[in-house]
Amino acid sequence: MSRRKILFVTTDQQRYDTLGCNGGVVARTPVIDGLAASGIRYERAVPQSVVCMPSRSTILTGQHPTTHGVWMNGVPLPVDAPSVAEVLHEAGYRTALIGKAHFEPYFDPFMRFTENALAASGPVPPAGTHRGFEHLEFATHGAMGPQHYARWLGREHPEAAGMYYSVVDHDLQVNAAGGGDTGAPQVHVNPIPREWYHTDWVADRAISWLDSLDADDDWFCWVSFPDPHHPWDPPQSEVGRVDWRDVPLPAGYLSSAEEREAVLDAKPRHWRLWYDGQLVSNYEAPAAWVPATMTDSQVREVNARNAVECELIDEALGRVLAAVAARGWSDDVDVIFTTDHGEFQGDYGLLFKGPYHVDSLMRLPLVWRPAPSAVGSGAGAAGAGAGGGGAVVSSPVGLVQLAATFCSIAGVEPLPWMQGSVLPSADDDGLAPERVLTEWDSELFGVDVHLRTVTRDRWVCTAYLPGTVHDGSEGELYDLVDDPLQRVNRWDDPSCRSLRDDLLDDLWSSQPERHIPRIDVQAPV
Amino acid sequence: MSAQARRGSVRRQVRIGCPPEQVWAAIGDPARIAEWFPGIESATVDGSVRVITTGSGLPIPEEILTNDAVQRRFQYRITAPMFQEHLSTLDVLDLEDGTSLVVYAADAVPATLALVIAGAAGNALLHLRTMLEAGEGGRP
Repeated sequence: MSRRKILFVTTDQQRYDTLGCNGGVVARTPVIDGLAASGIRYERAVPQSVVCMPSRSTILTGQHPTTHGVWMNGVPLPVDAPSVAEVLHEAGYRTALIGKAHFEPYFDPFMRFTENALAASGPVPPAGTHRGFEHLEFATHGAMGPQHYARWLGREHPEAAGMYYSVVDHDLQVNAAGGGDTGAPQVHVNPIPREWYHTDWVADRAISWLDSLDADDDWFCWVSFPDPHHPWDPPQSEVGRVDWRDVPLPAGYLSSAEEREAVLDAKPRHWRLWYDGQLVSNYEAPAAWVPATMTDSQVREVNARNAVECELIDEALGRVLAAVAARGWSDDVDVIFTTDHGEFQGDYGLLFKGPYHVDSLMRLPLVWRPAPSAVGSGAGAAGAGAGGGGAVVSSPVGLVQLAATFCSIAGVEPLPWMQGSVLPSADDDGLAPERVLTEWDSELFGVDVHLRTVTRDRWVCTAYLPGTVHDGSEGELYDLVDDPLQRVNRWDDPSCRSLRDDLLDDLWSSQPERHIPRIDVQAPV
Repeated sequence: MSAQARRGSVRRQVRIGCPPEQVWAAIGDPARIAEWFPGIESATVDGSVRVITTGSGLPIPEEILTNDAVQRRFQYRITAPMFQEHLSTLDVLDLEDGTSLVVYAADAVPATLALVIAGAAGNALLHLRTMLEAGEGGRP
């Protein structure tokens, strides 16, 4: 008898509120909404890092960044790091990763990193597997680099390679150039035909791999869409789906500069310094772009284009699910949809991401549609508690739990090195973790920032370690229920002092094991 | 660094359990860089010009500026057009206990390239340490 198959779908830098099932009103996402309606929707899924490489490494290893060692973008995950894909492969699962990996840096003129080298050798690793995957086809945010998608586009449609936005400028900094109707940064008119765009390519390659399998194979397929991460350059043919002029300003965006700046001034200093263009602490946003210059129209246009990209992902996922159905697998497939971290998208007058532990970056979409054949099959079947579907888990959960969840779905005992437990199927099933941890460390050209955060009991509490602009006494404390937009920092509120101290005690006593030796940053990203 | 700084300066270092003469034997011979620098496939030296070829097949021309066996200092600059400025400095320091400290510093415009070069060099120093401490590659 075959085991449950696993379709794991990730996006990059997607906010919680971009899905219809989470209350989003701009993008139409009927496929993911349908999965949520028949499965489990998580209302507070929290990443362990708010940037790509550490967060993706957490998904793969089931470990916090402190433990797997990828403490910021540009730090490569050791090739021999633990991998849930390897566990599943050794258990007999066929394994594939199609789309954006990013466990290793992209900037690699020496071609030192395996992911970049693999693109030259085809989808099957010469060693048989890489990090447990027997089939890998990589894509990222355009046609740059040695990724499989870039090579495919250059070979099949060379005229399209220059249609994408250039993600770096002539100084190899994250590009600040604007476009579209409003001149918003990283907005670009991309004339590429939709069927050549990376979202559809990822779906096409996933379908091709699934079609290559035997009907009774057990499989784990990680479909990793590079969107809706900036640049916001979806195929221009699709942009008309959402007229930016009709897009409401996000709840987290304050049109009044005075009000916006008052909120920022109540947060640790680096918030306002970045907003004013006086400090760039990381490589995740354009250094030459000053957030204070952003207009209401630019916020609307970014959100419109982001919504178009979310719709394309939803439709691409629909095609993958149709291919799964055509193989007769639908009843035996668990589908998990999530992302690696969020995006400001206008909140607080900011775009992109950075060392800011608020819902914009930390509240993620997460949907688990357990295999229908498993639902109601009794105790021990992961996700079986979802019952008839439409379950909602409001307790905080973490991406660090995904590895153990995959093992549980596959009927494999989670490994001791996995730091997360199986995802709960309901708030009252006893599986919700007591706390969820998030961390940030960055050191870039003389600027360092270090944050440690705990989310629990409706509060999110962030402690700042000493760094370039922080002396170690600063922090953030938000009531997620009474202050859902995290505008009121209660770190110094005397009435919250005892609560803050309790949360900090819990935070410091729960820190995960440190990876030794510390791995150096080897590239910007 | 201001938000707009274009120059980057990045340093990496490693302590190697070998005397400085042995470490310098590898570093001070510019033609041997491919032996200890993962990602460099080959190197040719003609006078003060070295051309390395990376794992991606990219040839990178360099000018050797200093090769001082007394101070055990090696400096070079990459002359490829993508570098508006570049200087890399390798120092081998005698810790006077039979071990050495090797320091690699890269300064570049644009800044990003300093991190790319020094990031790769830092990994290379770790590789060099493994080689030399295993008794490989340290021929005088």
